[in-house]
Amino acid sequence: MSIQMPPADASVLGRRDEIVAALRQIVPGEGVISSAAEMLPYESDGLTAYRQPPMVVVLPDSTEQVSRVLRYCFEQGIKVVPRGSGTSLSGGALPLKDAVLLGLGKFKRIREIDFDNRVVVTEPGVTNLAISQAVAHAGFYYAPDPSSQIACSIGGNIAENSGGVHCLKYGMTTNNVLGCEIVLITGEILRIGGKAPECSGYDLMGVITGSEGLLGVITEITVRILQKPETARAVMAGFPSVESAGECVARIIAAGIIPAGMEMMDKPATAAAEAFVNAGYPLDVEALLIVELDGPKVEVDELILRVDAIARECGQTTCQVSNSEEERLLFWAGRKAAFPAVGRISPDYICMDGTIPRGRLAEALTRIRGLSETYQLRCANVFHAGDGNLHPLILFDANRPGEIDRAEAFGADILRLCVELGGVLTGEHGVGVEKRDLMPDMFSDIDLAHQQRLKCAFDAQGLLNPGKVFPTLHRCAELGRMHVHGGKLAFPELPRF
Amino acid sequence: MDTLKVRNAADVEQVVRAALASEQPLEILGHGSKRMIGQPMATNAILDLSGLNAVVSYEPNELILTVGAGAPLADVLSLIDSKNQHFAFEPMNPALLLGSGSDTGTIGGMLASGLAGPRRVKDGGARDHLLGAHAVSGFGDSFKTGGRVVKNVTGYDLCKLLTGSWGTLAVMTEVTLKVMPRPESQRTLVLRGLDDVTAVKALTAAMGSPFDISGAAHLPASSRAAPSDALADIGVAGEAVTLVRLEGISVSAIERAASLATTLASYGVAQTIEDDVSAALWKSVRDVARFAATGPLGAWPVWRIVCPPASGGAFGQQLATDTGGDVLYDWAGGLIWAALPPVADAHAALVRGRAEAVGGHATLIRAPESIRQQIDVFHPPRAGVAALTQRVKNSFDPKDIFNRGRLTRRTTT
Repeated sequence: MSIQMPPADASVLGRRDEIVAALRQIVPGEGVISSAAEMLPYESDGLTAYRQPPMVVVLPDSTEQVSRVLRYCFEQGIKVVPRGSGTSLSGGALPLKDAVLLGLGKFKRIREIDFDNRVVVTEPGVTNLAISQAVAHAGFYYAPDPSSQIACSIGGNIAENSGGVHCLKYGMTTNNVLGCEIVLITGEILRIGGKAPECSGYDLMGVITGSEGLLGVITEITVRILQKPETARAVMAGFPSVESAGECVARIIAAGIIPAGMEMMDKPATAAAEAFVNAGYPLDVEALLIVELDGPKVEVDELILRVDAIARECGQTTCQVSNSEEERLLFWAGRKAAFPAVGRISPDYICMDGTIPRGRLAEALTRIRGLSETYQLRCANVFHAGDGNLHPLILFDANRPGEIDRAEAFGADILRLCVELGGVLTGEHGVGVEKRDLMPDMFSDIDLAHQQRLKCAFDAQGLLNPGKVFPTLHRCAELGRMHVHGGKLAFPELPRF
Repeated sequence: MDTLKVRNAADVEQVVRAALASEQPLEILGHGSKRMIGQPMATNAILDLSGLNAVVSYEPNELILTVGAGAPLADVLSLIDSKNQHFAFEPMNPALLLGSGSDTGTIGGMLASGLAGPRRVKDGGARDHLLGAHAVSGFGDSFKTGGRVVKNVTGYDLCKLLTGSWGTLAVMTEVTLKVMPRPESQRTLVLRGLDDVTAVKALTAAMGSPFDISGAAHLPASSRAAPSDALADIGVAGEAVTLVRLEGISVSAIERAASLATTLASYGVAQTIEDDVSAALWKSVRDVARFAATGPLGAWPVWRIVCPPASGGAFGQQLATDTGGDVLYDWAGGLIWAALPPVADAHAALVRGRAEAVGGHATLIRAPESIRQQIDVFHPPRAGVAALTQRVKNSFDPKDIFNRGRLTRRTTT
């Protein structure tokens, strides 16, 4: 592990037995896990390069238990790392040696389905997909669909503000959440928002979403559900260059079309996916674009024609339009399996997650190719092209000395490139530990201080998920200090009225 | 009172630092079109942002617009309209309601108030369209949050906090917004003569259909409200009308309107209104033309009540009956505009108590200053949330320099 985590508190470690016993008082039975063997599954999340056994795992099953656990930790000065299903790709749920790992896995109940208000009230441990399945009989679904949706929890989705293939049209998690019950580190239980379309006061729900478990522990969530579109069809077009595919993406948007999804794969990614699932992808193209349109049949049929015409203008060399649901799913099968497919052609890989302005796609890819040569590591690229979100997959072999370090350095360079091109470090996977030390490439100390002061408003002792998101830990008192910039109210240069 | 007209973010920093040093609270002002909303403030000087009016960049193909916070909304709307784009959240123009003149205000004011229009049911609110911002906090420092791309989870999403904060956290200087293609065509189904409860049931049925509704409103029959040209134009003046909007490419809007008419057949035979006529109708819903300051109900206080949509019909109908007031419904019942006969507390206790009972909240959007001085304009949060709100405020503006007193009534001074 090359990243520095906050130093473990020896006095906390020294009290481990006492802490375990106290937690057992709050969460009886199997809810407290303290043996090394049983804690093994919790020592990493989806970012498996980083591992650390926690001090103890606690799995409460009620809001009251969560509140008591947090209050205990707050009073005792013990750090807490919250965890949903543990699918984070940025190390958001990476344990700390001296922290309680608070798992929400027992919060598995959907509490209410309210079709009239088009919302589902659910506990945080329910999987993303289970919400859609619970309302499917009435034609509804929950729109954000991260590719881990079969396993990832809705609570984790809130923490990470998860995206997915369809967020171009339907938004990210933040655009689909209305309210929550949240427990602060002090144990205080608050309700933010609810079934009403807007909350009152400051948009606390908006800032809790995507806060990566640093502000509080969510114990209930209210999400919006939508009616499933009548139909969906996809166009799969091959292009002789990434530039022409990128141009096609830009022209589709310029034509006023917002596809349900718009995905691009480069040649190495296409080859790996095709070898894995035999989706019928053309292997002689430099870029493959999948554009999905959804809605009423008459609309989809018309837009498919428009997209096809634009793709032809942009020099597509192959084109298929799905004429059945089976065919549409086949087009997607390769894209959805791109990560495991790449896993077959390389012993190890890491998946990056930057976003750039759509118009800089070709430039980004050319530069990534250059970096690939510099670092002597292969790279396959899949993009959410519609929203400029890149997922370069860097291939390496962890058994070769130094290769993982090279892969990480390559990845960091890609993310710096994204920022340089006017983009951001992470589009949907979160900062976590993975991109933490790159934050200063995007934000100044002052920018970060404004974020950290907000953290202080929720968690003044910095006990919740420390070591994530922010490269430097500051004391809240130090952040809150006001520099008075001298002088009296005088604005000599400003026009007055 | 001093008005300090800033030219750039550095000026804003300078003004805020000087205000901090002398402990002089500032009123943050664009064009002042929404100045009559909120608790009367205790400010000594005006920080005028109207000079920060540059269009920094507009990239239609990226669906991105970056402008100074003081850019006039009207100019920005016509700029993006020239590329067939718009703000999908359909910002409300409260000028008619407030009687604040013809100015529609600035982009900064649009975001700070976060008043979204009918399309919120489909495309979300202002909060869902602010991608990035540069701002000066109450520490006197410029900072940035978010970015210039639509998909971004890097750091806390402070844009959400700034939107709808009524200028009490930080002074936005430059903002990046998501723009969307303007729908090619629209159709509105009009149902007549439904009572409020039945109308909201019809709207609920429409929203639960797969026809991608982009507006769902109900205007009860009213003998008092300002007459509407938009309604007169379609021959329904004086009747209760229930409106459902469908937008998109024309072939799709037409077909969905037909399918939806069938779905709603049990609520009556729907009339279909097209494009420009439909647009005029929705503009009058968006801006609450019925309760115009110059109209017959101009002297009545107006509440903006947000509640779970399905409970809206019963809520509004009861409120109108019990107070002798007028109501109208947007967001499929989730937004109720209520003009209530003037009484000492503007019916605050009644409105708030009932709103909380259904999981909603209420803002007193229009009332004379004497009333706004005495009651809470914004819905008071419960104790725990109130304390957190105060800590959040302190984390951005610990000396309470910005728009002091606008959000929270001071009971002790």
